[in-house]
Amino acid sequence: MEAVSACPSFSARDYKSDVKPVWCPGCGDYSVLSSITKAMAELSVPPENVALVSGIGCSSRIPAYTNVFGFHGVHGRALPIATGLKISRPELTVIASGGDGDGFSIGGNHFMHACRRNVDMTYIVMDNEVYGMTKGQASPTTAPDWEKSKLTPEGTGINPFRPLVIALASGANFIARSFSGDPNHSARMIAEAIRHPGFSFVQILSPCVTFRPEQRDWKAGIRQAPVDATTDAARAARRLMTDDGFNIGVLFRGDRKPFQPSMKARVESVRDLEKEFRI
Amino acid sequence: MTARSVSITFAGSGGAGVMTAGNMLLDAAGRAGWHGYMTRSSGAQIRGGEAAAMLRLSTEPVESHDDYFDLLVAIDWQNVGRFSAEIPMTSDGLVLGDPEGGDFPEQISAKGTRRAEIPFKKMSKDIPGGRANMIALGAVAALIGLPEDAVNSVLHEALKKKGAEALTSSEASMRAGMEYAANLPASARLETDGVKAESLWSITGNEAAGLGAVRGGIRFVAAYPITPGTEVLEWLAPNLAKLGGVLVQAEDELASINQIIGASYGGTPSLTATAGPGLALMMESIGLAVASEVPIVVVNVMRGGPSTGIPVKSEQSDLNIALYGLHGDAPHLVLAPNTLADCAFTTQWAVQLAEALQTAAIVLSDQSLGQSRATIEAPADPGFFACRLRPEGPLEGRYRRYLNTPSGVSPMAQPGMKGYQYTADGLEHNEIGTPSSHTVDHSTQLDKRLRKLTAYDYGEHWADIEGEGDIAVVTWGSTTGPVREALARWREAGNQARLVSVRLLSPVQPEKLAAALDGVKRVLIVEQSHGAQFHRYLRAHYDLPGSVRAFHRPGPLPIRPAEVFGQLANWS
Amino acid sequence: MSSPGQEEGKPIESVEQLLAHALAMETEAVERYNELADQMEVHNNPDVAQLFRKLAEIEQLHVHNVTELSEGVELPHIAPWDYAWETPESPESPSPSAREVHYLMQPYHAIALALKHERLGVEFYEKLASQSDREDVRKLASELRETEVEHVSLLEKWLARFEAPAKGWNEDPDPPLLQE
Repeated sequence: MEAVSACPSFSARDYKSDVKPVWCPGCGDYSVLSSITKAMAELSVPPENVALVSGIGCSSRIPAYTNVFGFHGVHGRALPIATGLKISRPELTVIASGGDGDGFSIGGNHFMHACRRNVDMTYIVMDNEVYGMTKGQASPTTAPDWEKSKLTPEGTGINPFRPLVIALASGANFIARSFSGDPNHSARMIAEAIRHPGFSFVQILSPCVTFRPEQRDWKAGIRQAPVDATTDAARAARRLMTDDGFNIGVLFRGDRKPFQPSMKARVESVRDLEKEFRI
Repeated sequence: MTARSVSITFAGSGGAGVMTAGNMLLDAAGRAGWHGYMTRSSGAQIRGGEAAAMLRLSTEPVESHDDYFDLLVAIDWQNVGRFSAEIPMTSDGLVLGDPEGGDFPEQISAKGTRRAEIPFKKMSKDIPGGRANMIALGAVAALIGLPEDAVNSVLHEALKKKGAEALTSSEASMRAGMEYAANLPASARLETDGVKAESLWSITGNEAAGLGAVRGGIRFVAAYPITPGTEVLEWLAPNLAKLGGVLVQAEDELASINQIIGASYGGTPSLTATAGPGLALMMESIGLAVASEVPIVVVNVMRGGPSTGIPVKSEQSDLNIALYGLHGDAPHLVLAPNTLADCAFTTQWAVQLAEALQTAAIVLSDQSLGQSRATIEAPADPGFFACRLRPEGPLEGRYRRYLNTPSGVSPMAQPGMKGYQYTADGLEHNEIGTPSSHTVDHSTQLDKRLRKLTAYDYGEHWADIEGEGDIAVVTWGSTTGPVREALARWREAGNQARLVSVRLLSPVQPEKLAAALDGVKRVLIVEQSHGAQFHRYLRAHYDLPGSVRAFHRPGPLPIRPAEVFGQLANWS
Repeated sequence: MSSPGQEEGKPIESVEQLLAHALAMETEAVERYNELADQMEVHNNPDVAQLFRKLAEIEQLHVHNVTELSEGVELPHIAPWDYAWETPESPESPSPSAREVHYLMQPYHAIALALKHERLGVEFYEKLASQSDREDVRKLASELRETEVEHVSLLEKWLARFEAPAKGWNEDPDPPLLQE
């Protein structure tokens, strides 16, 4: 017996695969997976028209846990793969995702240029300020005085990377932050990011219970950003000056035209190109 | 004195316009029905540096330079001496220079070559808007017997956009050069009778590679500029757009290789072009394409290495990285064009093979093929086209992207195909694509990825095999040109020899090479690599018959036909 | 338990909306318990996996119950972030990041976690049953509350069978494993 429902044609479960995650129980990424699938269901885009691309790291395992087209590539290169895919298949919904090490360290250059290029896709970074797959080293977003890593036993001593600042400065067209402990908020941020034209960046604070158990306390510090999203990059930049990293919500909605070359043929065949070689 | 081919170098410093003169001479020769080949050499300066346009014109197809140059025309002598090693001349040659053009370089005078003067500066001052390079063009045309009509028509074509004044002054300069040539000593001339210009093209190897790519069905290219591969990308940018394809300039080579993997995963045949340093950066992701079975083509235009090396000069020293640079056991395709025109053929074939076998193909071109311009018979389209195995019919059960099929090739779905969702993975995986570290999955997938390459029938194109006899010269890539010419002379001298120029370097074809070398007593291996990379590769994978010698040396100096001939003649 | 970052959902003003909430709450609970069971299976904790599976089955019965109540009713579509929960997710779904969720967790933890969320479910209906402006909403909320109360007492009985694990239950003598 089925209830009559005006629900969208897809439920979150339609976007999940039967592969069981290897993530530690307690990991924030489970909630992000749930948020992504809820957002997809809400947008009602058929799973076969969605591609989820990732690099390497705990959170980068996410494509196999979904029932969309996935690509689990090499470390740091999710954005270029997503870029090539989206530009050549603009009708697809393309999402790149991964962690802070993958996105901001080894993939940092691609992050900046993806923001600049403004291809119509969404980048979700599950930020836990640590490399989990390699047993807990400091990532670009780790505080300089975090001393728990064997690799940097006295802390890194270097300033953390500020993803939203870099995203804004580099030209991302939509910038938001959420928290894995608030999965429906994350789902909303993801849905808005996907709907927004151009390159959308969503940072989701997602605690690592194994290497950063203290992040379980993030819940207490998270707050809804006190002001609404702005369309003014200068205003967004001023807000980021006083941002402590725990304000969640949409920071910036830009109106830059997405990068998408025309794919309309102007010649009938390759033979038409050969004329230029004739003497 | 009529020759089968004449070789000419225009040299000078920035502003002299030697490249323009060279290009025009090549085109004019093409209009007269001659074949031609032009390479360039330059200093490290971006503007103003010394430069040389080196041409060989012939009544027959030419693939490489001759042993010696017949003519060296220096608009000025600023640092032109630096090129002397690249412009070998004998006492039969002729050097033309301006008495006001600076000191005649010692390196050139040491060769004992005949000398004559053309007062370029003075003559160009006497003509309103006069240009020294056009005077040089006219003089050379007259000396080698190139009809004035051919030069005039190229001049009109090239200068029609610059206006009547520019055309008039250039024509006047060109004619002054032709007239002045009457005062000059005779030089080698080409036949003009009986030569018919038909469907000749003027094209560079890099343009040919681009053409081969689009003929093969490439419709997405990611680009990061690097010498000497950039022109492949520059040709593709406007031409892909005309075909409804896309070229994206990437932020680095890591991005370009991954962008093409992404586009190919989406179903679009995809390619990038690079050179040694870029190829080194791409290696990890080429391995990803192999493991995740996403077809891609990488055209690598080789230059002097290692590291930044000699970016503007040719060398065949990326063979090792192309063959062995991937970590893990990662069978993939490595192909090499062996003539400028073959850049089109081999790139097109690489596209077809990569797509059919769902793997990465590396095409090893080099600077001397890529950046050279030649007048060639229009290369016919061999018909290779991207054709990827797709799942057909209704899906039964779960889609297995990496199904262990007899051929090793599994039907590849693409986004948008309902029910065929899968995750492509660089992690070892099972048939479905789920990451797996199980022994059986690893060995099954390794076997499958190897089998699809080794079981495929590559037909006759794996190598160019010519001639007979019990001597064989085995070579690859751009050294095939001088080897072929050396063997033609060898045969003219009443000897026999075989040529084997290997086009498909990986996977290796031991049975085919054994057949090609059947009965051979001497094998000469020729390559342009300090480390004898090709020789070692042959030794590793093939049983070579009889006694074997390797003639190998690094770039930038090209290998000349006479050197190869000497290797054969002096083998005792 | 409301998250500090939580936005206000839209209030429940009709039986249809209430049924949509009830259906979402039970459906999500089934999925969540199954996910937790999967996690425990992957992490070699079969006892707790089995327990979570059992909890999913019980919630599935609640789904049937709500589905029957909804027969012939057109349920409104509500976006995940527009539900009227006062919790970050639907009240009966334990967060996968809850403090108790651990690969060495014991049945006690699982039952305690489930009990906490069943009580949140009761609270959710209770508030509506007592505070809604609409008679029909109050009546239905009250009925739905009854089912949850039964479930709470069942879990209380289960929990009584286990002793609270001693401190150090989550200690692992081995370091984490290296993956990629």
